[in-house]
Amino acid sequence: MEIFGVPSALLGSQLLVGLINGSFYAILSLGLAIIFGLLNIINFAHGAQYMMGAFVAWIALTKFGVNYWVALLLAPIVIGALGVLLERTMLCKLYKLDHLYGLLLTFGLALIFEGVFRDQYGISGQSYPVPALLEGGVNLGFMYLPIYRGWIVVAALTVCFGTWFMIEKTKLGAYLRAGTENPQMVQALGINVPLLITFTYGYGVALAAFAGVLAAPVYQVNPLMGSNLIIVVFAVVVIGGMGSIMGAIVTGLGLGLIEGLTRVFYPEGSAVVVFIIMVIVLLVRPAGLFGKS
Amino acid sequence: MKTNDSMFDRATPYLFALLFLIGLVAPFAVYPTFLMKILCFGLFACAFNLLLGFAGLLSFGHAAFLGTAGYVCGMLVRDVGLTPEFGLIGGTVAAGVLGWVFGVVAIRRTGIYFAMITLALAQMVYFVVLQVRATGGEDGFQGVPRGNLFGVIDLSDNIAMYYLVLFVFCLGFFVIYRTVHSPFGQILKAIRENEPRAISLGYDVDRFKLMAFVISASLAGLAGATKTLVFQLASLTDVHWHTSGEVVLMTLLGGLGTILGPLVGAATVVSLQSELADSVGSWVTVIMGGIFVVCVMLFRRGIVGELQALIQRAGIR
Repeated sequence: MEIFGVPSALLGSQLLVGLINGSFYAILSLGLAIIFGLLNIINFAHGAQYMMGAFVAWIALTKFGVNYWVALLLAPIVIGALGVLLERTMLCKLYKLDHLYGLLLTFGLALIFEGVFRDQYGISGQSYPVPALLEGGVNLGFMYLPIYRGWIVVAALTVCFGTWFMIEKTKLGAYLRAGTENPQMVQALGINVPLLITFTYGYGVALAAFAGVLAAPVYQVNPLMGSNLIIVVFAVVVIGGMGSIMGAIVTGLGLGLIEGLTRVFYPEGSAVVVFIIMVIVLLVRPAGLFGKS
Repeated sequence: MKTNDSMFDRATPYLFALLFLIGLVAPFAVYPTFLMKILCFGLFACAFNLLLGFAGLLSFGHAAFLGTAGYVCGMLVRDVGLTPEFGLIGGTVAAGVLGWVFGVVAIRRTGIYFAMITLALAQMVYFVVLQVRATGGEDGFQGVPRGNLFGVIDLSDNIAMYYLVLFVFCLGFFVIYRTVHSPFGQILKAIRENEPRAISLGYDVDRFKLMAFVISASLAGLAGATKTLVFQLASLTDVHWHTSGEVVLMTLLGGLGTILGPLVGAATVVSLQSELADSVGSWVTVIMGGIFVVCVMLFRRGIVGELQALIQRAGIR
């Protein structure tokens, strides 16, 4: 069976890879967007925190025999707690300054994290086994679907929509949205805004760590796994605009799929297609697809 | 990010003359290649500072200009067989054109978005350089001959090469100094301090930003092309985002928006790297990151900025 002269199995598997990458783009850009919404900083360490999430899972498994399912919960908690610590000790001192300082600080932190892990584990990747429950695959007729890859998409979408639901439909989310619009007013109404900010940063970072654990069995666990990804995620964020939660999710998935398609029809272009789309979007609609200028 | 120049304006010519003299005799005391590296990165950082320190635009993609100019210069000299001065000019022009393209896209957004866009564009350049066959990919572009300047002066002599690099640095530095102290530079500062106000005064802000971007990119390119001649090599490191981060660090450490800060920062970072490379190996990245954090948290004026503040306080008393 062929579609546009391409075997359907190839097309299907590349689209699946695209969907998986898109899931990671979605989770990471979602985290960046909610952090930016309340803290007004771009968290450059996001990629490093994603990488550390994967490493927490790997260390937990190899050193302590902690299984995948526990790690899926443990890594976000550990890395999220580290994020809270960073926010309380450093980031909170920078809110009154130019936003660029937040970017520079988190860039420095990313270098530190990356350097420490590179010193400890080298740059060759560590492999993480697929959990027994999700081993194997199913034949869908037109393509073969490894179960773990399907799980990534399901888990990522669940977390993304859970986050969307929390922000758009719950009381906590209402505080958060209000804090994004006008922190002084929210503070005046008796809500502890600094706590809200700390929580938001911790949650955004925990999302990154969660993505890291999801990624561990499909990619090598590698100190540099986050830094190349995060630049693409920045482009995703520019394309989507950071104004909308749903926008971040949809843009992430969509760009992953486009990247997958490019890999089928023009493999050389797959590394740059997201950046090219970014340029086009900036020329046509500078505020981003979902942004308000 | 405010700078108070008035007090220093009188002392500045003497300071520059002194530094220039030091530059003239330095290669007889210090290893010339090391000095050339400092001057190349110093020019790179000064060019970057023109954008961040004086126009308030944080570009996280300046490595693209350094690297592209390096590759273009290398190709012109090695593969086309031109003399080094045309390599330098060609590299600078290529970086300027690339800067114009980056600028047109990036100035459509401000602040954090501007930084992210320049970073993404530079990453695109990185992938292109990685995949195009002419650049040598992972191996880098090797074996660039230094050649004879104007077909006469043999640059394979390190001292001759050094004086060319010193000349290039001074030229670039002069352009930056003149730009900062021109009416154009004043408008850039106005944009940095209050963009809506500059717009309301009738300035076409985007055009000024674009021009600043092109000047900065060209000079970064000049630094990159020179660096290729010095080391006879252009490598992927030059276009990697780590290099973009490094130039931010140099500028921040030396003093944002000060005229000499970037040179001081570059000298410090290059010395640290060469000192540390032997003793601590892969911890260099960690230490660089640590300096970043310390600079942002405690030391935002940078070395030169702090010195100026210190002298000023002493002067008031």
